[in-house]
Amino acid sequence: MSEHTIRQFDADMEAVRTGVLTMGGLVEAQLARAIGVLENDAAEGLIDQVGADERQINRMQIQIDQQCSQIIAKRQPAAGDLRMVLTIVKITNDLERIGDEVKKVAYKATSAEDDRLVQVRFYDVVRAAGLAQRMLRMALDAFARLDLAAAAEIVDSDDELDAAFGGILRQLISYMMEDPRTISASLEIVFMAKSIERIGDHAKNIAEAVVQAVKGTDVRHATAAEIRAEVAGP
Amino acid sequence: MNSPIPFARPQGVPRSASPDAPAAPKMSIRHLDFHYGAFHALKDVSLDVGEKRVTAFIGPSGCGKSTLLRVLNRMYSLYPGQRATGEVLFNGNDLLGPGVDLNLLRAKVGMVFQKPTPFPMSIRDNVAFGVSLYERLSPREMNERVEWALTKAALWGEVKDKLGQSGMALSGGQQQRLCIARAVAVQPEVVLFDEPTSALDPISTAKIEELIAELKSDYTIAIVTHNMQQAARVSDYTAYMYLGELVEFGETDEVFLKPRRKKTEDYITGRFG
Repeated sequence: MSEHTIRQFDADMEAVRTGVLTMGGLVEAQLARAIGVLENDAAEGLIDQVGADERQINRMQIQIDQQCSQIIAKRQPAAGDLRMVLTIVKITNDLERIGDEVKKVAYKATSAEDDRLVQVRFYDVVRAAGLAQRMLRMALDAFARLDLAAAAEIVDSDDELDAAFGGILRQLISYMMEDPRTISASLEIVFMAKSIERIGDHAKNIAEAVVQAVKGTDVRHATAAEIRAEVAGP
Repeated sequence: MNSPIPFARPQGVPRSASPDAPAAPKMSIRHLDFHYGAFHALKDVSLDVGEKRVTAFIGPSGCGKSTLLRVLNRMYSLYPGQRATGEVLFNGNDLLGPGVDLNLLRAKVGMVFQKPTPFPMSIRDNVAFGVSLYERLSPREMNERVEWALTKAALWGEVKDKLGQSGMALSGGQQQRLCIARAVAVQPEVVLFDEPTSALDPISTAKIEELIAELKSDYTIAIVTHNMQQAARVSDYTAYMYLGELVEFGETDEVFLKPRRKKTEDYITGRFG
């Protein structure tokens, strides 16, 4: 898009866009660290780092939101600019929530576990976390490049992640029925898997927000096929 | 340049309409061209001005929006060398046609200008003067009409104890509301506003905008404004004009959030020129 007559407006918009990408990078790094914790119990340093990341993410959200408020107050953005500012506020909200979920995953991973559950945690949960990680990267790329094609793909991936969560849940339910002593440890893993499933939902929200910013169409609650049709339209 | 929108007419229901009522056209502009001597100021403009709705015209200086407004009550006929061709249907009759009684037309289509233009007479006479040209009212009826018009213009409370004082002694915002009272006193069907607040402070501007919102329950309103946010606030429909052409015309809610044309987007987001 061409430049604003008031150049400072361009600079303000660029600053918040860059802020979102920096924040997104931090959330990605935090998620990678949490996966490291999942894969390796003795990762105390990593857990502390995940907590520190979360606090930094919170600060960035507040800062970017303030910048967006300033743009709205001073520049009265309209049309595409307005949609972009609103989208950025939504995206920082989703990124902040992802940060919270990642922290929960890392902190839960320290809990003592029954040996029988180790397989679930080290294999299935890590695999689901990898899916969520891929979705987050795709969503941030979609925002960086204003790439609409990614949105539909992310909605598909979210179905995959939901299925993975369902699988973990069924597996753990059988353990719990078989041996009630595993209930406590199983629930910890359920919570972890649920957090990972939520990360996927937030990544999906981000991709949908990008469609709204670019096309001006609200595709929340739309199916992947509907989003594909919308993205292909004029 | 994109080709002008043929018979542009907004679809759907504007924000303030009753849910079952898209606006019926009060004025239908068809293939309107306008020349100032050799200068071609409006090029094949077609659109409908919805009844009891606010239609805003925006665009950079020289785009033809004020010219268009001046066609709607044939204000241009006061000046030689200015001519309009095409059709402007008002209550089914072409107001550009011959044999149109211009005084009667201007009583039906009132206008409020950029600068407040009170007559150098009392507040009461400012309002009563126009009425006396068209209607024969008893003094009591005239007093009632003056009070009614000043009340409509949200000015009555401020001037009711000084109706004999000069209209020129009022503040700028009050003068503009006096001009609005003067326009509505003759009970027009359409009121045209040509940048009505560009000479006013923010509080007076807010009062005028509030007034426009109230007036539209009784009148059809067309407003030209340089203040885009004002267009966004007060209007149901927005027309974006550029170099004499109608670039985009649609519901205000749509135009300011998701304009269909890039030219419109560039203008309303401040990327113009």
